[in-house]
Amino acid sequence: MIDNLPFLVVALTIILGIYTILLKKDLIKIIMGISIIESGVNLFLIVLGYRWDSIAPIFTGAPSLEMVMPTVQALTLTSIVIGVATLALMLSLVMIIFRYYKTTDVSKVTKLQG
Amino acid sequence: MSDCMSKLIRTTADIMFLFITVFGFYIVLHGHLTPGGGFQGGAIVAGGFILLIVAYRLEDFLKWFQKNTFQSCEVSGLVLFIGTALAAIPLGYLFFMNFLNGAGGLFGQAVSFGINPGVLNTAGTIPVMNIAVGIEVLGGLSIIILYMTSGIRSHEEGE
Amino acid sequence: MRSIAAWLTIVVLGASLLFAAVSLPFGSPAMSDMDDYFISHGQEQTGANNIVTSIVFDFRGFDTIGEACVLFTAVFGVSVLFRSRKKGEDYEYE
Repeated sequence: MIDNLPFLVVALTIILGIYTILLKKDLIKIIMGISIIESGVNLFLIVLGYRWDSIAPIFTGAPSLEMVMPTVQALTLTSIVIGVATLALMLSLVMIIFRYYKTTDVSKVTKLQG
Repeated sequence: MSDCMSKLIRTTADIMFLFITVFGFYIVLHGHLTPGGGFQGGAIVAGGFILLIVAYRLEDFLKWFQKNTFQSCEVSGLVLFIGTALAAIPLGYLFFMNFLNGAGGLFGQAVSFGINPGVLNTAGTIPVMNIAVGIEVLGGLSIIILYMTSGIRSHEEGE
Repeated sequence: MRSIAAWLTIVVLGASLLFAAVSLPFGSPAMSDMDDYFISHGQEQTGANNIVTSIVFDFRGFDTIGEACVLFTAVFGVSVLFRSRKKGEDYEYE
């Protein structure tokens, strides 16, 4: 079980993110919880492609020819950029909400117009 | 946000901005030989611009770089990326084919197989796409920070 | 009532995540045929030393086109939200 330490860290990070989303009352903290879950998922993608005693999949000055799996690293690059894009839009929406309601408490932002 | 920072911070930001820009473009250009590529190098150069926004006031920064500069950077990066992908169709190949690989032209030297010290002239259309994505990412991230900062200023002045 | 449902959700999801984390094999992936093909034929088909860059920009280039468009859409959305006020036009919420 001590061999599975990266997977245990991933599970712990996602559990912390879910706890922050469900039980905090400030909008900025909920957005931080969403970012923590995205970091946990990116770490999980990279840990999936590991092989014992292997190096990074680059041929420039490599010490050996055993390499880890390169496909999941390409998926992680795309996931990080999409996380940045959604975080920018979420923070802009919180700024507009604060301009109208004058507070960021999630239990007071309850008026749906129209 | 109405006063600029002290003289020590402004001088350090001036010097570090040049080094950060050169380092970011080095990472973008050598994307097919070492770890890196378009997205990573573009984020580093955008970090250099954000350092200048933090050290100086927003009005002083807008005297040197306007918003239209970053908008045209981002749009031209995306157009160059899709144009390189579409340029393979009139030459007889499929969409997105690597038509410069091994052809002896711009980036067309053949690579030796196995473990080798890297040669910059290889890999076809991949360095061209790296440069296009790097220009797009630096324009996009700087525009996001500029809009958010001027949104705070107009809210403070309107109160 | 709300916190009882929240704690129940956290306990159920946390138990299933920990059970999956303990039972996955680390360091020996099950099927790796596609990645072995990429490592052994990546240099002669694309000419790049970096296999991850050749996957992102040559073997799976469509995903990179979609990702560049997502970044462009995010910048577009932020610039629509922070529009400056013209003369004679007021916001709906002030």
